[in-house]
Amino acid sequence: MKLEELRFGTELIKRGFASMQKGGVIMDVVNAEQAQIAEEAGAVAVMALERVPADIRAAGGVARMADPQKIAEIIDAVSIPVMGKARIGHFVEAQVLEALGVDMIDESEVLTPADEQFHIDKKQFSVPFVCGARNLGEALRRIDEGAAMIRTKGEAGTGNVVEAVRHMRSIMGGIRALKGLSSQELADCARDIEAPVELVVECANLGRLPVVNFSAGGIATPADAALMMQLGADGVFVGSGIFKAANPEAMARAIVEAVNHYDDPKVIAEVSKGLGDAMKGLDVHLLREDEVLQTRGR
Amino acid sequence: MGVKVGVLALQGDVAEHVAAFREALAERPGSSVTAVRMPADLSDLDALAIPGGESTTISRLIGKNGLYEPLVEFEGGIFATCAGMVLMADRVDDPRVRTLSLIPMHVARNAFGRQVDSREATIEVAGLDEPFRAVFIRAPVATDVDPQVQVLARIPEGIVAVRHGPHMAFAFHPELGGDLRLHRMFLAGLGL
Repeated sequence: MKLEELRFGTELIKRGFASMQKGGVIMDVVNAEQAQIAEEAGAVAVMALERVPADIRAAGGVARMADPQKIAEIIDAVSIPVMGKARIGHFVEAQVLEALGVDMIDESEVLTPADEQFHIDKKQFSVPFVCGARNLGEALRRIDEGAAMIRTKGEAGTGNVVEAVRHMRSIMGGIRALKGLSSQELADCARDIEAPVELVVECANLGRLPVVNFSAGGIATPADAALMMQLGADGVFVGSGIFKAANPEAMARAIVEAVNHYDDPKVIAEVSKGLGDAMKGLDVHLLREDEVLQTRGR
Repeated sequence: MGVKVGVLALQGDVAEHVAAFREALAERPGSSVTAVRMPADLSDLDALAIPGGESTTISRLIGKNGLYEPLVEFEGGIFATCAGMVLMADRVDDPRVRTLSLIPMHVARNAFGRQVDSREATIEVAGLDEPFRAVFIRAPVATDVDPQVQVLARIPEGIVAVRHGPHMAFAFHPELGGDLRLHRMFLAGLGL
């Protein structure tokens, strides 16, 4: 049969990959065994890391891309997609992750930024990217650079959902505020939030971001995950919340079901029973300025 | 008469399937496209779409939501894409995926490799006058189909579109890209 015009890494392919993740839970894992636990529990993808964010906080120092050996082991261990984190602006870490065969790259504020002015030029890659954002302007700047998926930043490694809520409300509220604006007013708004006017207009027309928007950074319980879904997330990333819980397998399964039934409190109640302690968590107001991750990359 | 289509809404690109069927049925008054999450949602449907997503996740949630038997016994036609095609097969190389066995075929998951190997390709599909721009995302292929299954499209990697009775299954994503000819072919095949 005829096969012509073969094209790889198009916007449709990249955004389509992100769409296939919707309604799912993406779990941070640090080895093959955890990756298999996540897959068994029903994760749609795993994020391959050297350390979960809570341990990155504890370790201090410069946080970099994970050891390629470790990422390769995780890729071999599961059939679901494997994502990897590159430092903000570190396009060579991204090239390495693409060469390893990761299915999506997270240009992440959880790692120490490599460039304080520029993010990665994501349009140069065939592999799709997800980027963090705290508000509509940040989200649209990342999409303009080529991000195929947005995740609200929250405050990673805290087990405290307050920042994730703040950022999701900010993005959803920012989009609602565009409704009914004239083209002049939309252009004014675009200047205000420092985002390309075409993307602001697109959001106004769609009533949502033009790419999938997940929630991240502080989700520690099934109710947290359902809260983010009810606030408008297309799915959730759970970082430290699974493998810092007393019973990771049970917590992973419960969060998957809570996301599936996010608007059914009876199911959320049922799956939340007897899970043991969630991760301990941190009060974000007690973090020193240099301990706050969400302000990295704007 | 209106047509009632459901979209299995456990995980994956549910909204894209809903939008595509709504557009395909736009000129059919009284039609509806609804989400299916529990067995009761299947009643009265003429057809069901099983979306793309992760087949391990969707399979697990089918079991959890008590949907396995109701889906196997569903009497309408099923339009299955990507992960949906995996779930329609009766043979798959992964014990974590409990398939519905509605189409006698063997399916290999992720047959193209990693996400960077995902592709758009123009392919010939039996029954369409013009080629179809197909979007393959971490796509499966059917490696072996029983003789009673009609093969609609084949590429060097394997079989990527099949029809079996009222059901159609695709390795690619007709719900992405705006070309609804395969949706219309499916509905016509059901006499709808």
